Amino acid sequence: MIPAGFEYVRPESVDEAVSALAEAGEDAKVLAGGQSLMPLLRMRLAYPEVLVDLDRVAELREIRDLGDALFIGAMATHHQVMRDPLVRRHAPLIAQATATVADPATRHRGTFGGALAHADPAGDLPAVALALDAVCNVRSARGSRDVPAADFFVDWLTSALEPDELLTGVTVPKLGPGWGTHYEKFHRTAQSWAVVGVACAVRRERDAVADVRVALTNMGAAPVRATAVERSLEGVPVSDGAFRSAAEHAADGTAPPGDLHGSPDYRAHLAQVLTRRALTAASAR
Amino acid sequence: MTETVAGREIGSARRRSEDARLITGRTQWTDNLQLPGMCHVAFLRSPYAHARITGVDAAEARQRPGVVAVFTGADLADEQGSLPCAWPVTEDMRHPDHPPMAVDHVRYVGEPVACVVARDRYAAADALEAIDVDYEPLTPVLDMEQAVADGADLVHADLGTNSSYTWVFENGDLDAALRDAPVLIERRYVQQRLIPTAMEPRAVVCAPEGDGFTLWSATQIPHILRLMLATVTGIPEHRLRVIAPDVGGGFGSKLQVYGEEVLALLLARRLGRPIKWTESRSEGNLTVHHGRDQIQRLTLAAERDGTIRGLKVDLLADMGAYLMLVTPGIPLLGAFMFNGIYKMDAYSFTCTGVFTNKTPTDAYRGAGRPEATFAIERLMDELAAELDLDPIEVRRRNWIRHEEFPYDTIAGLTYDSGNYEAATDKALHLFEYDTLRAEQADRRERRDPVQLGIGVSTFTEMCGLAPSRVLGSLSYGAGGWEHASVRVLPSGKVEVVTGSSAHGQGHETAWAQITADRLGVPFEDVRVLHGDTSVSPKGMDTYGSRSLAVGGIALVNACDKVVDKARRVAAHLLEAAEEDLEFTGGRFSVRGVPDQARTIQEVALAAFAAHDLPDGVEPSLDSDATFDPDNFSFPHGTHLCAVEVDTETGFVRIRSYVAVDDVGLVVNPLIVEGQVHGGLAQGIAQALYEEAVYDAEGNLTTTTMADYLIPSAADLPHFVTDRTETPATTNPLGVKGVGEAGTIASTPAVVNAIVDALRPYGVRDVPMPCTPERVWRALNEQEGSA
Repeated sequence: MIPAGFEYVRPESVDEAVSALAEAGEDAKVLAGGQSLMPLLRMRLAYPEVLVDLDRVAELREIRDLGDALFIGAMATHHQVMRDPLVRRHAPLIAQATATVADPATRHRGTFGGALAHADPAGDLPAVALALDAVCNVRSARGSRDVPAADFFVDWLTSALEPDELLTGVTVPKLGPGWGTHYEKFHRTAQSWAVVGVACAVRRERDAVADVRVALTNMGAAPVRATAVERSLEGVPVSDGAFRSAAEHAADGTAPPGDLHGSPDYRAHLAQVLTRRALTAASAR
Repeated sequence: MTETVAGREIGSARRRSEDARLITGRTQWTDNLQLPGMCHVAFLRSPYAHARITGVDAAEARQRPGVVAVFTGADLADEQGSLPCAWPVTEDMRHPDHPPMAVDHVRYVGEPVACVVARDRYAAADALEAIDVDYEPLTPVLDMEQAVADGADLVHADLGTNSSYTWVFENGDLDAALRDAPVLIERRYVQQRLIPTAMEPRAVVCAPEGDGFTLWSATQIPHILRLMLATVTGIPEHRLRVIAPDVGGGFGSKLQVYGEEVLALLLARRLGRPIKWTESRSEGNLTVHHGRDQIQRLTLAAERDGTIRGLKVDLLADMGAYLMLVTPGIPLLGAFMFNGIYKMDAYSFTCTGVFTNKTPTDAYRGAGRPEATFAIERLMDELAAELDLDPIEVRRRNWIRHEEFPYDTIAGLTYDSGNYEAATDKALHLFEYDTLRAEQADRRERRDPVQLGIGVSTFTEMCGLAPSRVLGSLSYGAGGWEHASVRVLPSGKVEVVTGSSAHGQGHETAWAQITADRLGVPFEDVRVLHGDTSVSPKGMDTYGSRSLAVGGIALVNACDKVVDKARRVAAHLLEAAEEDLEFTGGRFSVRGVPDQARTIQEVALAAFAAHDLPDGVEPSLDSDATFDPDNFSFPHGTHLCAVEVDTETGFVRIRSYVAVDDVGLVVNPLIVEGQVHGGLAQGIAQALYEEAVYDAEGNLTTTTMADYLIPSAADLPHFVTDRTETPATTNPLGVKGVGEAGTIASTPAVVNAIVDALRPYGVRDVPMPCTPERVWRALNEQEGSA
């Protein structure tokens, strides 16, 4: 398949990139690793007039230690992220989930920021960002702003980014001692999308759940926190039974999609099973 | 009549000499061809499953930059002819016209309605968007059972029915077998529609050259394609040259005469310049012929001890919207295989070919035989469960014992050889069957959420297609022989020309191994030529696991003719009697006087120089041979599969898989193992992953590989493969063929394993593909009803 024609801009800095976006107006698209955008272009499901290719913006590939948080540049590739020592140490949930994204070829091209900005509810990383209370760092010619992950994912393939805005990176708070995390992904083949995924972080104090966050992949038009599960576990002693009964609320308030890989009610059932497994695995770490 | 071939090459696990260029792509894939002045064509395709075309407006598209020409079906109606179907399976088979480009009706989503020829692919794709087609939608026919009911909407109104044909085979007294049968197993199984998914998409280039045309195509069948192109277009056959350059897989999907091939030729003729077309993956999913798609109604009658009395098979087979090259015959290849390896007294087979508003179906790896094998192997497990017998035991009680070969089956074939006991014993040992059964019992006892299931498939298949007289009796339009020629060049190097048309099988390596042994020349001195009707003028091409069992034998015969002639020349040169010469290691020597010898290279040079040849002997050692088999060959084997089924999610993980195949003599064990691995992956994929899905309007919803799932290595277990070797008795090498065995055997092994895991929950079937949701639903339905 062959994309329709477009103009192509290849900035070498963030400043150049945001001014290119400002100039291009509504019909520009940012090209990161191209693993989602290129298929859309080739199937002529997207007709941007301008493509702003970030491939040469080296500053966007950095991963930095900010003290109590990590900064992951938007153009860090999945391969880079999952092997990065800082990520593995301070945000193992990201490393674990990233290793399940597609296949090695895709992980070498695809980027962390691209996966978030694409805002595909079937993508693994939006739910992970949500579970970690990550903050999206956004730049435009008009200035900078920070958008919490909870506000970033608006709808199906729709983020909070304005057309002239660029996601430059993500700030991920480090989880302190006592936290355990797990990403439980259910997919039919190794390289296919999650039918449902559950990103989970649990902080234990002695034998009780002190803090818990559960976010769901592909259970609606955007990634969603399983707040009913979270509420029912705060302060509860860790036990299989507690996790099992909390997980029964995993699909509460969700509107899962139905497609070839799962009907809405099957997804609701999976969310419960996978949430129980994710809680168990996270609390064991 | 089997002759043992002792040599260093046959049996050696050589790495394939063609692989470096295939893997790196530094070779002549059709899409790599660039010709001066070449134009690119893109096709506008129907978005409707069934509609009348009421108008096509291409005026704007013709004005687009880079556009050379735009053609609609109406523009080409007088010259495009009708795509061929070479297999009229019954005298009254209904065979609708099939224009390469739709003229006034479209009958499946993806059918071409117009095309743009432009200077590059981009201009062609852009201009497609400027063509306006007016459609009057008609009701699509999508369900086979509804399609053959009274008052159904019709795919082809002029035929008055959606039934193309009904074909019947009966042997023995089935009514008697069913009457008062102590055990009757009645089942309805669905062979879902599959998309062949070759690695290389289709591509075609056609160029006017001199007073004719050269057409390159990613095809399995350059020889058949040339004849069919001549028939369809009226261009004389001797003005057409067809080349299949390196071809990246086919699985039967390139055993076809596609409209795009015909149109490329017509456009090259109209415009007088080279035309190229390469499909995209999504375009291919829509328009490459699909495979399988049968509804099977089956009745197996047996005694209480498990002895089979008889089998009744009633099929609906989806033809899709049109009959393509061998569409109607595909389900009938299964007619001879539903009895599997078992003895029975009565058999009845009825198949009705049904038109629907879907992509046409045709050959896909196994072609009729996987469907049949699935049915009988699933039924055998159901019979075992009904009688509370081990599934291996119920098979033992029914299979043909090794001392009973050759055996005339109830389906009218003669199985020449086989040893099901040996293959099964070996598989059971490698699988650790008893250990796994013990673990299964333990998990059942513990109500483990992850249950273990064990699936058995003791299959056979018919390959080496095919004896020409049998094809004639089935009304097939051609023969099933194969041709080879061997040219010993003056320097002693050897060129082998084969009518087989490799598209990934490794013929260049295997044919060189055979030649090296037969002629006693180094492997490196042999070059194998194929796939070009000017280089290899005679051939019946590659499909149906036929290349080695038919084309390989033609090669053996051609080599033997070379040796026979060389012996006459050598005897003359050595002044000895022919019967006093020994030929070993490429050397003719006088028995008892080993120093008196000539190498075959020396003899070749002498035959080339022709200074001193015996009277009546023509120069050169070149030879030709054509082999037409007397019978099919019958590979068989025992496959055992263990699955873990997560009863909470329905997810199936293949825990272990043992395949013991008997493919007769093995020329190259590495190639055989590769074929088995690939075949297993494809058969497992039918069981677990693949399905072409249409929505209620007849749109294919699995047009991308995100929706049409195929497994990768990460999803498959480490296969344990082994062999027994019972030579075929119907060819001088004792070979049988291996191209389809893995695909045929593995699908029922996997589904049997899943059902075995879930039988304690009351589950006795899961429709394919056994997706996690379907497995989960099968469990829930049982729990709900219990």
